[in-house]
Amino acid sequence: MKVLVAVKRVIDYNVKVRVKPDNTGVDLANVKMAMNPFCEIAVEEAVRLKEKGVASEIVVVSIGPKASQEQIRTALALGADRGIHVETDEEVQSLEAAKLLKAVVEKEEPKLVILGKQSIDSDNNQTGQMLAALTGMGQGTFASEVVVEGDKVNVTREVDGGLMTVALNLPAVVTTDLRLNEPRYASLPNIMKAKKKPLDNMSPADLGVDIAPRLSTLKVEAPASRQAGVKVADVAELVDKLKNEAKVI
Amino acid sequence: MSILVIAEHDNSSLKQATLNVVAAAKAIGGDIDVLVAGENCGAVAEAAAKAEGVNKVLVADNAAYGHFLGENLGELVAEVGKGYSHILAAAGTVGKDFMPRVAALLDVAQVSDIMRVESEDTFVRPIYAGNAIATVKSSDSIKVVTVRPTAFDPVAGEGGSAAVEQLDVVKDAGLSQFVSEELAKSDRPDLASAGIVVSGGRGMQNGDNFKMLEQVADLMGAAVGASRAAVDAGFVPNDMQVGQTGKIVAPQLYIAVGISGAIQHLAGMSDSKVIVAINKDEEAPIFQVADYGLVADLFEAVPQLEEELKKVL
Repeated sequence: MKVLVAVKRVIDYNVKVRVKPDNTGVDLANVKMAMNPFCEIAVEEAVRLKEKGVASEIVVVSIGPKASQEQIRTALALGADRGIHVETDEEVQSLEAAKLLKAVVEKEEPKLVILGKQSIDSDNNQTGQMLAALTGMGQGTFASEVVVEGDKVNVTREVDGGLMTVALNLPAVVTTDLRLNEPRYASLPNIMKAKKKPLDNMSPADLGVDIAPRLSTLKVEAPASRQAGVKVADVAELVDKLKNEAKVI
Repeated sequence: MSILVIAEHDNSSLKQATLNVVAAAKAIGGDIDVLVAGENCGAVAEAAAKAEGVNKVLVADNAAYGHFLGENLGELVAEVGKGYSHILAAAGTVGKDFMPRVAALLDVAQVSDIMRVESEDTFVRPIYAGNAIATVKSSDSIKVVTVRPTAFDPVAGEGGSAAVEQLDVVKDAGLSQFVSEELAKSDRPDLASAGIVVSGGRGMQNGDNFKMLEQVADLMGAAVGASRAAVDAGFVPNDMQVGQTGKIVAPQLYIAVGISGAIQHLAGMSDSKVIVAINKDEEAPIFQVADYGLVADLFEAVPQLEEELKKVL
C-alpha cells in the first residue's frame, strides 16, 4: 500500500528561540532549520512499514519555501521513494495546509497518511485532524503504536489517562507522538542516492487551494521570565521556607 | 454572542478542566451553553448544570460518544455548534483530537491552547514551546478555540441551576472503533489540576525509585509527574509526562527532583506558583526558574524531605 508522509521545515529544536525586537514574530534569520521532530518520527514509521512489507511506496510531501526541499531530501535519504514540494513563500496555516494535503491525497490516493502530531514552531496540533475531517478519514492521533491488519489499522494513542487503542478503516490518518519510534540517521550513501529520487514541484494554485490565512498575528512577545530564587543549604531549611515563607505546605 | 463549551468528563464525573473552560468563556462574554457528549453521562450533565454561569446544558447521550472518538464528536459538535459564535474545549487529549475536525468541518481556523482572552476575537497563546507568546485575531464567523485549563481560574462548580436539554443527534461516522484502553489507576489527585506536583527526571535512575517520590507526594496530597527523559527511559508511563507535548501543570507547588530543566519541560510547569528544584548538578537549568534550589544527591535529600515533612504536616 502507498503511504503519504507530510513533513515540515521548522527551527531546529536545539536553537534558542528569540523574539524579534519589534514584536512581529520570532527571529528566523540565519537560524538553523530542520525537519520537525514529530515529522521525523512519521517518516521513520513509514520506512518501518515498508521494511515490514506493509508499505509498498512512500511519498513525502512538504509545504513551504524553496528551502523545504532540504527536508524532503532528508526524508528521501531516510527511505521515502519520492517527494512532492508544494512551494510557497506565504504563511500557510493549519486549515490551509490540510486543504493542500487533501488535494495531494486526492491525486495520490494513499492508504495511510502519517503526520507529526504538532510542529514545534506553531504548536497547533491541528493539521492531521483537519486533513482527516476534510477527506472523511478516521484518525489515530498521538500514536505510540501502529499496526496494519488487513483493511484496518490499529493505533494505540497516548491519552491523558494512559493509552487507548482504536481500530480505523483504511484509508486513515495517523499523527505521531514521541514514543512511536526512534528515528534513524541517514547514511551518506543514502543521502547521495536521495539526490536522484524524483521530486515534483507544484504551487498551491496548481492544487486549486486558497491559502489566505484566517488568523492574523497581532504581536509576538517574550514570555514573562521567572527570576531564579535562592539556594537553600539543606532539606530542613527547604521545608521551613515552604511552610513559613512561601506558605504552600 | 453565544458560546458552546464542550464538557470534559469520563461519563461519570465532570472534569475540573470544564470549569476552567467555562471561566474562559466568561472572559469572552455572552450566553454559555455546555454540551455533554458521552454514554450514560446523566450525572455529568447534572454536575455541569450546577456550574456557575452556565445558561443551558445540552446532552448527547449515545454509545457513539462513549469513548469520545474524534470522528463522531467532530461531526456532533460541528452540527450543534454551528449556531454559536464560539466553540470552546479544554486542550487535553480529547479536545486536541476532535476540535480540529470541528474547525475543518465548519471551514474555520482553530486557535489552540489559549492562555488569555483579549477580546471576543483575539486570544493569547504560547508558540515555540512557550518561548514566545503570540496574540492572534480570528477573522472567522465561528471561533473554534481550545483552552489551556491551568491559565484560567475555574468557576464555582456549585450554585448554578441551568436547564438540561436532551439532544436527539446521533453522529456515528463509522470510521473508527474503540478497541481497548489502559488507564492508570491512582488514588492521587489528577496531575493536570493538582495543587502540589512532585516530578522526577532521569536522575531517578529507574522506575522503582519513583516510590520515594510517591511517598513524599502522599504526605502532601500531591500528584506525581515526570520529565520526558524519565518517560522515554521507561521509568514511568506516558500519562505522567509534564512538558510541551505532555501535560501542562500550574500547581501552587512544583517539586522537580533529578530534572535538569530542558526547555520542553519548563514549557509545561513554569507557570507554577512556587518551584522547588533538587538536583546534584548546580549548573542545571532548572535552578534558573526555581524559587528554592537544593543542590544535593536526591537519594539523600528525598528521604530527608519525607522525614522533615512528617514533622510539620
